[in-house]
Amino acid sequence: MTQNADHVLDHFELFRGPEYQQMLANKKKMFENPRDPAEVERIREWAKTPEYREKNFAREALTVNPAKACQPLGAVFAAVGFEGTIPFVHGSQGCVAYYRSHLSRHFKEPSSCVSSSMTEDAAVFGGLNNMIDGLANTYSMYKPKMIAVSTTCMAEVIGDDLNAFIKTSKEKGSVPAEYDVPFAHTPAFVGSHVTGYDNALKGIIEHFWDGKAGTAPKLERQPNEKINFIGGFDGYTVGNTREVKRIFETMGIEYTILADNSDVFDTPTDGEFRMYDGGTTLEDAANAIHAKATISMQHYSTEKTLPFIAGHGQEVVSFNHPIGVSATDDFIMALSRISGKEIPEQLARERGRLVDAMADSSAHIHGKKFAIYGDPDLCLGLAAFLLELGAEPTHVLATNGTKQWAEKVQAVFDSSPFGQNCHVYPGKDLWHMRSLLFTEPVDFLIGNTYGKYLERDTGTPLIRIGFPIFDRHHHHRYPVWGYQGGMNVLVWILDKIFDEIDRNTNVPAKTDYSFDIIR
Amino acid sequence: MSLATTQSVAEIKARNKELIEDVLKVYPEKTAKRRAKHLSVHEAGKSDCGVKSNIKSVPGVMTIRGCAYAGSKGVVWGPIKDMIHISHGPVGCGQYSWAARRNYYIGTTGIDTFVTMQFTSDFQEKDIVFGGDKKLAKIMDEIQELFPLNNGITVQSECPIGLIGDDIEAVSKQKSKEYEGKTIVPVRCEGFRGVSQSLGHHIANDSIRDWVFDKIAPDAPPKFEPTPYDVAIIGDYNIGGDAWSSRILLEEMGLRVIAQWSGDGSLAELEATPKAKLNVLHCYRSMNYISRHMEEKYGIPWCEYNFFGPSKIAESLRKIAGFFDDKIKEGAERVIAKYQPLMDAVIARYRPRLEGKTVMLFVGGLRPRHVIGAYEDLGMEVVGTGYEFGHNDDYQRTAQHYVKDGTLIYDDVTGYEFEKFVEKVQPDLVGSGIKEKYVFQKMGVPFRQMHSWDYSGPYHGYDGFAIFARDMDMAINSPIWKKATPPWKAAPKPTLMAAE
Repeated sequence: MTQNADHVLDHFELFRGPEYQQMLANKKKMFENPRDPAEVERIREWAKTPEYREKNFAREALTVNPAKACQPLGAVFAAVGFEGTIPFVHGSQGCVAYYRSHLSRHFKEPSSCVSSSMTEDAAVFGGLNNMIDGLANTYSMYKPKMIAVSTTCMAEVIGDDLNAFIKTSKEKGSVPAEYDVPFAHTPAFVGSHVTGYDNALKGIIEHFWDGKAGTAPKLERQPNEKINFIGGFDGYTVGNTREVKRIFETMGIEYTILADNSDVFDTPTDGEFRMYDGGTTLEDAANAIHAKATISMQHYSTEKTLPFIAGHGQEVVSFNHPIGVSATDDFIMALSRISGKEIPEQLARERGRLVDAMADSSAHIHGKKFAIYGDPDLCLGLAAFLLELGAEPTHVLATNGTKQWAEKVQAVFDSSPFGQNCHVYPGKDLWHMRSLLFTEPVDFLIGNTYGKYLERDTGTPLIRIGFPIFDRHHHHRYPVWGYQGGMNVLVWILDKIFDEIDRNTNVPAKTDYSFDIIR
Repeated sequence: MSLATTQSVAEIKARNKELIEDVLKVYPEKTAKRRAKHLSVHEAGKSDCGVKSNIKSVPGVMTIRGCAYAGSKGVVWGPIKDMIHISHGPVGCGQYSWAARRNYYIGTTGIDTFVTMQFTSDFQEKDIVFGGDKKLAKIMDEIQELFPLNNGITVQSECPIGLIGDDIEAVSKQKSKEYEGKTIVPVRCEGFRGVSQSLGHHIANDSIRDWVFDKIAPDAPPKFEPTPYDVAIIGDYNIGGDAWSSRILLEEMGLRVIAQWSGDGSLAELEATPKAKLNVLHCYRSMNYISRHMEEKYGIPWCEYNFFGPSKIAESLRKIAGFFDDKIKEGAERVIAKYQPLMDAVIARYRPRLEGKTVMLFVGGLRPRHVIGAYEDLGMEVVGTGYEFGHNDDYQRTAQHYVKDGTLIYDDVTGYEFEKFVEKVQPDLVGSGIKEKYVFQKMGVPFRQMHSWDYSGPYHGYDGFAIFARDMDMAINSPIWKKATPPWKAAPKPTLMAAE
């Protein structure tokens, strides 16, 4: 018996004890009908080969370890960015349990969202009654200022019409006639979570600007000097949004953050559970129509929202998750141009500090090869930053990336001599990435938590940047945007590089001549 | 000291009844009527807990429940390690359930083992319009080519599959024939079926009956020499290694575990189970169906057991031994005696730090009752409990064997109700899931995830109890809870009830 009351062993060590090892070996040998170890080894080696890669890339139907989630997750993420708003997902309830778990596991925060709990009868007769009862319950119980409705694949397959359903619910008295219930259809079999973010945000803006589904007059735009800002689906929303606010305030720009969920995903522990915290006020959401321009940090999160806004007479500008010096320069200069405000010396100094840091450290990154995967905009932002550091973003992969996205990534490669041997993989998954890492190895991998399986299998050290990050804590509190955000990303990359150097040089009397104290 | 320990049972009952009245006030009348049936105060001597269960959740409330897909893929089938489980439909369900339950296993992932992977048909609009059967057939071919050492395939249906009328049974049969009888199991666990995970468990059990057991010739010899002491562990998902810290005890008492369901399980073990002399069942809720089936068809008796905490473990070991001869009965006593010093040491160390502390639970299939004994072994008291997806027989078992007079019972509790109950009862610890964890921690209430063991574990068995005790101590006695109020602000009043 290895267990001990004074030094309790949990799963990390307990099962390494001889009695457990023996038990597991017996189980395997006698009852699991295991494969011949030589055969396992043969297939393991084969799965590393160019031949396997070719078969793997010839896949047409099967998806293995995709780096994307479904639309409604993005809709929930966007909806909680409005003051006092509860997302209401019309469809089967299990989905909502999944979205809430997924967001809680990433942010280590509560995630509030309700469902209309549709079951077999709703599948046959439609979910209207679920909507009528559901809105009434949500309204009386959680006293939200707004209920933002989106759908699951179930409601979409049976063809439930949200506009009509919400109208009928209001007629039946579920919520007052003038109460705000914006909606968006977010089928899980179209696009990904970034599409859902886009649809939900557009639905909410459209609700306020275009007459609240026929219950109010459309708003007349009366241009003012404000700038609207949209972050897009972003695992760093807590750190990023606050950093962007600071930049706006430093520049003296009046702004509205649309879908500002930075507070609801970062509430204090002080004895009170805040189901709602912060968020774009409903008044600001409506008044956003008057702004001079809208800036989106993530083009692919706002593909429908931006044309809608542009159609109301505003200038729209979009970026691709800007990270690093040039990308932040472009962002800041766009802010300056649109607002007519000067770029303050403070930001120039921050910029200089990032350049300084990159100059100090570039020798360690220069020429290193990286593989990147994640959402389309994040991949673009990271690839551009790596090129700026003199590194090679050798494989760039987005499961929810399109052909058009791939062309944009290729243009980024083409803009730098370091991009010459880099390739982009739209629509591919992490099992494709595994083949890439075996057949064309790189020095480091950048991606979300699921990349740890790739790190284990291929030995490529993983730098965790993306969504979701489940197995490391609190990175989402740090920005990756702005010059200070660039500094964070630089440090995360460098930390992994130095950890690897130390790991590779720490054998006493063998490799430790390079186990340096000064770098 | 919490309220519960300073009040008489009559006072507690009165308070709990008032609490229930209170939370119901917020609902529209129709909903209040529906929810009232799910909330109760336990009366000692009653055969059940006085609540309705396994009924549709109310739309628009924050239910903690999941769906049939979660019950089949996430619980029953997903942990079978040498088979590939296709999440058939859109990408989300498989993505959110990807490796989320910590079903530990030994194997080479991606080569001969596949639990912590996400295989999906990633349905697109055209698949909805034209149907997904052809795609499914092609997926199976691609799996055969790229993962040749898989021992079988299951198809875990997501919502659209049933709605668009795909014939996954036909595809499975055809492909099985093509691959020389390979086990391919279609599972109709669409998320809209039933009211919670629970129907998914049942559907998955039935699919094992129909697509695994029924395919084995009745006179097929086992792949091993049978012994009179062959048992199967049913309904342990090996969260953090639970099934391992359970299995070792059964083996130490002289039994031979020929199959483990489904944590660290394999298809060969599923197939071997009808050869067992006894099925020992931990999660009754999720696996009673197949255990009953094996009793009827193969005459294999089954018995429930509870491996949380030394009292229940000893009771269960003796109960299991009761099905066998003196050799095993002596074995059980030997095991109990062997671990007694460890248990004494654990209790000596942790009980003084936990004595008198109160707990409120809200979990899934077995834990709302099974862990009560483990808390009691540490001198703690469970003052409120309820099931996400329990049925009436779960509440009967709870009433007859576990809960005390006056315990607050809440079936399919809504987020709102649970928060109000905890706010007013003020337990020293809440045990529930990830969706609840941060809510209660924000309120300054210590919390443990009782689905995933908060990434710790195992909690089953004697080795697990040491970890359980340590973890409850670390949660309740963490210094951080004293910091929730800034020193320049007054501490919140001890009774929020009085403040309202």
